Amino acid sequence: MNEDEFQVGECDFNNGIYPLSRREFLQSIGGGIIILFTVGDTQTAEGRRRGRGERPDFNAYLRIGEDGTVSCFTGKVELGQGVVTSLAQTLADELDVPLESIDMVMGDTALCPYDAGTWGSMTTPYFGPVLRAAGAEARAVLIELAAKHLEVPKDQLDAKDSVVFDKTRKERKVTYAQLVKGKRIERRLEQEPQVKTVSELNIIGKPHNRIDAVDKVTGKARYTGDIRVPGMVYARILRPPAHGARLKSLDTSAVDKIEGFQVIRDGDLVAVLHKNPDEAEKALPKIIAEYDIPEARFDDKSVFDYIVANAADGRVVEKAGDIEEGHKLAQDMVEQTYLNGYVSHATLETHTALAQFEDGKVTVWASTQTPFGLQRQLTSELNIPIENVRVIAPFVGGGFGGKISNGQAIQAVKLAKISKKPVQLVWSRADEFFYDTFRPAAVVKIKSGLTDSGKIVSWDYNIYGMGQRGAQMFYNVPHHRTTVCRELRNGEGMHQFATGPWRAPDNNTNSFARESHIDVMAAKAGIDPLEFRLNNLTDERMRGVLKAAAEKFGWTPAKGPSGRGFGIACGSDVNVPVALIAEVEVNERTGSVQVKRVVCAQDIGLVINPEGAKLQVEGCIMMGMGYALTEEVHFKGGRILDLSFGAYNLPRFSWVPQIETVLIKADDSPAKGGGEPPIICVGGVIANSIYDATGARLLQLPMTRERVKAAMAKRSSLTALPV
Amino acid sequence: MDEKISFKLNGKSVSLTSDSERTLLWVLRTDLGLTGTKYGCGKGLCGACTVIVDDRAVRSCVIPVGSIKGKKVLTIEGLARNGKLHPIQEAFAKHDALQCGFCTPGMILNAYSLLLKNPQPTRKEIIEGMEYNLCRCGAHVRIIEAIESASQEMKGAG
Repeated sequence: MNEDEFQVGECDFNNGIYPLSRREFLQSIGGGIIILFTVGDTQTAEGRRRGRGERPDFNAYLRIGEDGTVSCFTGKVELGQGVVTSLAQTLADELDVPLESIDMVMGDTALCPYDAGTWGSMTTPYFGPVLRAAGAEARAVLIELAAKHLEVPKDQLDAKDSVVFDKTRKERKVTYAQLVKGKRIERRLEQEPQVKTVSELNIIGKPHNRIDAVDKVTGKARYTGDIRVPGMVYARILRPPAHGARLKSLDTSAVDKIEGFQVIRDGDLVAVLHKNPDEAEKALPKIIAEYDIPEARFDDKSVFDYIVANAADGRVVEKAGDIEEGHKLAQDMVEQTYLNGYVSHATLETHTALAQFEDGKVTVWASTQTPFGLQRQLTSELNIPIENVRVIAPFVGGGFGGKISNGQAIQAVKLAKISKKPVQLVWSRADEFFYDTFRPAAVVKIKSGLTDSGKIVSWDYNIYGMGQRGAQMFYNVPHHRTTVCRELRNGEGMHQFATGPWRAPDNNTNSFARESHIDVMAAKAGIDPLEFRLNNLTDERMRGVLKAAAEKFGWTPAKGPSGRGFGIACGSDVNVPVALIAEVEVNERTGSVQVKRVVCAQDIGLVINPEGAKLQVEGCIMMGMGYALTEEVHFKGGRILDLSFGAYNLPRFSWVPQIETVLIKADDSPAKGGGEPPIICVGGVIANSIYDATGARLLQLPMTRERVKAAMAKRSSLTALPV
Repeated sequence: MDEKISFKLNGKSVSLTSDSERTLLWVLRTDLGLTGTKYGCGKGLCGACTVIVDDRAVRSCVIPVGSIKGKKVLTIEGLARNGKLHPIQEAFAKHDALQCGFCTPGMILNAYSLLLKNPQPTRKEIIEGMEYNLCRCGAHVRIIEAIESASQEMKGAG
């Protein structure tokens, strides 16, 4: 083995720039060109929205060092979605430097400009433009310097590969490193500089392999759990038996008397500390703890009836026309209820944090999507002044919305504070399944009206248990209403444990309900499901993705169920329209579903990294098959019953369908995030494909074998397949 | 019980004193500082902790370190030789066969063992061989392609 590279206690993340405050950092980085940023200065939507209420935050977006190296600073985190590559591409292109010369410094509250968090597909549409502006500003400074240096007018100069040259005499040139040497130039981004036009782009839009790939295939990439600091101990927490359980009594004497172990109790938090994490874990069963456990109100089967029966009045979030009038205009009414259970994020990296106090200041390494959010949580919950908290998010082993609440990091900081030692806390897989902020279970009731010409005339859409993301009506329906209910009449919480965003929050359930219902209406009208959608749709971008997917798939019209096992679904997330067409095979005896082929068309505007974008589509389809077919958290009250990968079934290699991706060419449209939209249609497209294959309509996710068999048993003669 | 345990680790002899019941995973990650081997579930169900022991892929989270006395252990850190990536590593990078990268060391070593046993697997054999390694980001399509391509590459190299 190569001992040199894995010395305990070494920390080389962010090139060893540690531990400085950001002001000290700015002073210490020496010469070069530094493009600074003040929150709120920028004209981007995120800058405006996120800047409010924040103190001015002086920090750099990028620095070109005296040796010509470029450092890019971003509060965004690399979770696997590939922004370490796409942001580097973005900056390299505007700045005209080779991609390899860019050093990405990410997710460090001491070094990076404030960022609200890596979620909601916001990196590409909101941070991307700011970074392009910073790159363009730096390039403009270099051109100015070169004009003086070469004694050539600015507009006669161009730049490529970190060299400025005279367009009329290319041998007259100067490198960025030569221009920067011995200088220190700070520029604040106050107005947006002119960025390149699409035709001037060289790196944006070209496929590029991930720049973190070599570190990740060699084991060098550091995640939070890989960081070691001197004197550190590992913690394992005593997981309560149920959510809402209160610790009644605790006997730790069996562990206390063994040398090397320390048990800490802080309120309901109980943890064992030891120099080895496995030994700490082995000690947990020796602790005797008694809890008061609240009575279960519902379980994974009764949850849907419970929340509908006890729902408070909903809030109308969108409407057009008059729903009652609309229903009167209908020839046929279609009414249906759609259910979706709780799902886990189940990232392969469990929540991990390392907290180290030094001179009253704490440094926290954490697997988090929100390093700045965690910094503020520590200030508000543990009363540590914000300037004394530094959070660093190294590589994160998957997020999907699950690494936002930072429970493990708060626990680690408490334990480090009490034990006066650096503490690394790694949630066990069972802890992860227990403490995860699940995607909420939800019910969607839809009542809609159909005219005899196959037009949707009314659409009454009622959501219970979650929000309306993805429910915005994009079909042409003159009379529609969307109502959201997230509270119970008696004031109890709607869910018995924490819920939170899960890759395209709400939208997976909303798109499953809507697209299933559209299919039910198409079948009722006796119209091909693609044609039915296009008949009720004028949105050009949505029509564009539907047609592109249909063309790629080779769709031929047939009314459902056709027996072919072809299904279609479309939707919109973060302003990205997406359409999926699938082919499935259903085993009539076992109820098992094999997805054979999926075509995805999406319109994400200007594509930064086509290869990265395709990878995200494939990831969405694979992950989406999980929530569509098997993933569901079983529970009784606050007790979580599925605490391992043996009980909670993730997609596997044998599920892999043929996946084909169409990225709509829309270079003049701003770049948008593509890591969430394709997943929203996976439940709907598989449900519709199962219907087309069998005539059985699945109304509940996940579509387990048992549910598929039950739905097939309920088929009426009306839905008999063509012979 | 603490005892002296000696084995070959990535081509070098290693000796350490440890409770032989401790799992190989945590001995690698703590005592030996090799953090490329990942903890994913602790029950041998996800494959993130896969290492090679005497040419076979094993789940290091369920293997007692005492059981590898005198054996040869290969971890992800030992796969590249003299700074040159192994063809499987090359193929994973070239095919973008990873996203968050947390399952990647286990995937690569499981594929390594698969190709040792069966240098020219069919797509179906690759799928069967990789079935019990979990990836949450959904890089499966690319992982299959990478293994297919590495097997071709390794065939060329003889």
